[in-house]
Amino acid sequence: MTMAPVRSTGRRSGGRRPKQGAWGSRSRAESIAGLLLVLPVTLLLGLFQLWPLIRGAYLSMTETGYFGGSEFIGLDNFARLFVDPEVLGAFRNSVVYTLVVLAGVPISAVIASLMNNPSLRLRPFFRALFFLPVVTIPAAAGLAWGTLLNGNYGPLNHVLGLVGIDGPYWLQDPNYALLAVAVVGIWSTLGYNMILFMAGLKGIPREMYEAAELDGAGRLRQFFSVTIPLLSPTTFFVSVTSVITSMQMFDLMYIMIGADQGVGLRNPAIEDTQTVVYLFYTYAFKENDRGYASALAVVLLLAVLALTFIQFRFQRRWVHYG
Amino acid sequence: MADQRTIETTASARRLPKARRQQSRSNGTRGEEAAQDKRQGSLTAAYITLSIGGAVVVVPFVWELLTSLKTFNESMKTPPTYIPRTWDFPNYMEVFSQAPFLNMLAVSIGYALLLIIGHVGLGSLAAYAFACLKFPGRDVIFFTLIALLMIPRQLFILPQYEIVQWLGWTNSFWGLVAPHFVGVLAVFLLRQFFLSLPVELTEAAKLDGAGPLRIYFFVLLPLAKPGLIAATILVLIYSWNDLLWPLVILNDDAKMPLTAGLATLQGEFFTDQPVVMAGAVLASLPMILAFLFLQRHFIDGIAFSGGK
Repeated sequence: MTMAPVRSTGRRSGGRRPKQGAWGSRSRAESIAGLLLVLPVTLLLGLFQLWPLIRGAYLSMTETGYFGGSEFIGLDNFARLFVDPEVLGAFRNSVVYTLVVLAGVPISAVIASLMNNPSLRLRPFFRALFFLPVVTIPAAAGLAWGTLLNGNYGPLNHVLGLVGIDGPYWLQDPNYALLAVAVVGIWSTLGYNMILFMAGLKGIPREMYEAAELDGAGRLRQFFSVTIPLLSPTTFFVSVTSVITSMQMFDLMYIMIGADQGVGLRNPAIEDTQTVVYLFYTYAFKENDRGYASALAVVLLLAVLALTFIQFRFQRRWVHYG
Repeated sequence: MADQRTIETTASARRLPKARRQQSRSNGTRGEEAAQDKRQGSLTAAYITLSIGGAVVVVPFVWELLTSLKTFNESMKTPPTYIPRTWDFPNYMEVFSQAPFLNMLAVSIGYALLLIIGHVGLGSLAAYAFACLKFPGRDVIFFTLIALLMIPRQLFILPQYEIVQWLGWTNSFWGLVAPHFVGVLAVFLLRQFFLSLPVELTEAAKLDGAGPLRIYFFVLLPLAKPGLIAATILVLIYSWNDLLWPLVILNDDAKMPLTAGLATLQGEFFTDQPVVMAGAVLASLPMILAFLFLQRHFIDGIAFSGGK
């Protein structure tokens, strides 16, 4: 890329603030360069995200016929969604899953604060250990947990049996299946959140702890009076992103519960356990009911936006920005 | 050792304001010793808690590995055996003969590489323009893209499928890549990174007569390395773990990346747990190795996504 030599006299094109002196004479060149640089990304995102958003909103108001054609039906899909027990159940499952995963957030905060102990020698080792699930393909993790939780020959039930507890079929029993998947959800995000909390802890000045110690606060008191309030912006960020990603959980559900268990064998727990995105996948690509699936996706979008909005609304109550 | 500790305590005491120093002195040496004990105690508690937690985290990996080495009959035993009676290494060969494993690995790597080129390569050019250049429509375009970040991806999937179908790319590698070739998150994070660099650098280069592209390549890019590496790591994790889209767009096992491949492998060989587990081990291995070698970058990448 060759650059035109700088023109010495400032013949600025209109509307530019005089502060932009050096490039003022070439603001047109700058405009062209800027537009060219954002063009590829903008075009591709326009085609593959912006257009799909519009098209998706339209599809949500259509009914898909048996032969792939579609017919505009207004808001009928939404009216159907709100009384469809399968859909309501899926939303309930996604919310339960999200709440359980949120309950795991404090665990990662505690781990991070234990790691923050300056005399801890094995920090890199522990950090790598807890991070391992993040770099494990969810499909592989789901399969490993599946055998671990297997009702017949899984080691968990064996160990429970040794202490006299008759373990259930964790992944086939509708009472436990969702909980089991959510525990794996906690397991797989623990390391990610831990890193965010560790970064947050680094931002808390040591003097805060020294001052607290001089005031006679013990470790536990320091944790509640210094760490928790000063970490609250990180906690807020983690909980907002956790809600967004948990509400969209698909992979663990598909691998652990949804996928065929042997040729043509369905898990009996799927109907009572499926999450919103799993149901979306079923409607869109198994039952080919694209209009209805799109409407479900729109409602999910609204639900996620509402949950995020509520969290931002309530952040003033508990989030302290330094 | 003990001497050094005394020196440290006195040194830290000297740094404290006078009033506080007196207060701590009034507590006497016994108080200091108690504090030392308490600190030692909390360190021990930290080791114990982290060890137990770490053990729990690692159990699925150990079980996966052990199961992958059992014979089919042993894997179905109740009660289960923990250490395999006979080590059945051929399970791993079985993965290669039962599934096009190497194809899947190649697809996963190719998918990750192309997404890195798109998200980080093209993305950083756009991020630079959004951060450092002035052009008409800049803010409108930028905020439109940011708004897309809020939309759950599921809403895009059906129309994306239609587009790929229209392009005739269903069940193909290009169909897999196209809709995810660029992403908003990388653009946003890299823009923040460029904004954090000192303005004086670009100003100086402007005065020296460098054009926008020259400034990008010769002034900013060398400085942006940490941001670029962090974004690369994030894209790598995302592309490697993605399951829904590959599952939707691909039918042939040989064209699937490892995630979707594993899911299919499970469906076909559900009962043969050792082989499925061997597949899971092999599929997880590349990324785990990458993490172990590039730990620092992975950690920084995650922290970067949190705005740190």
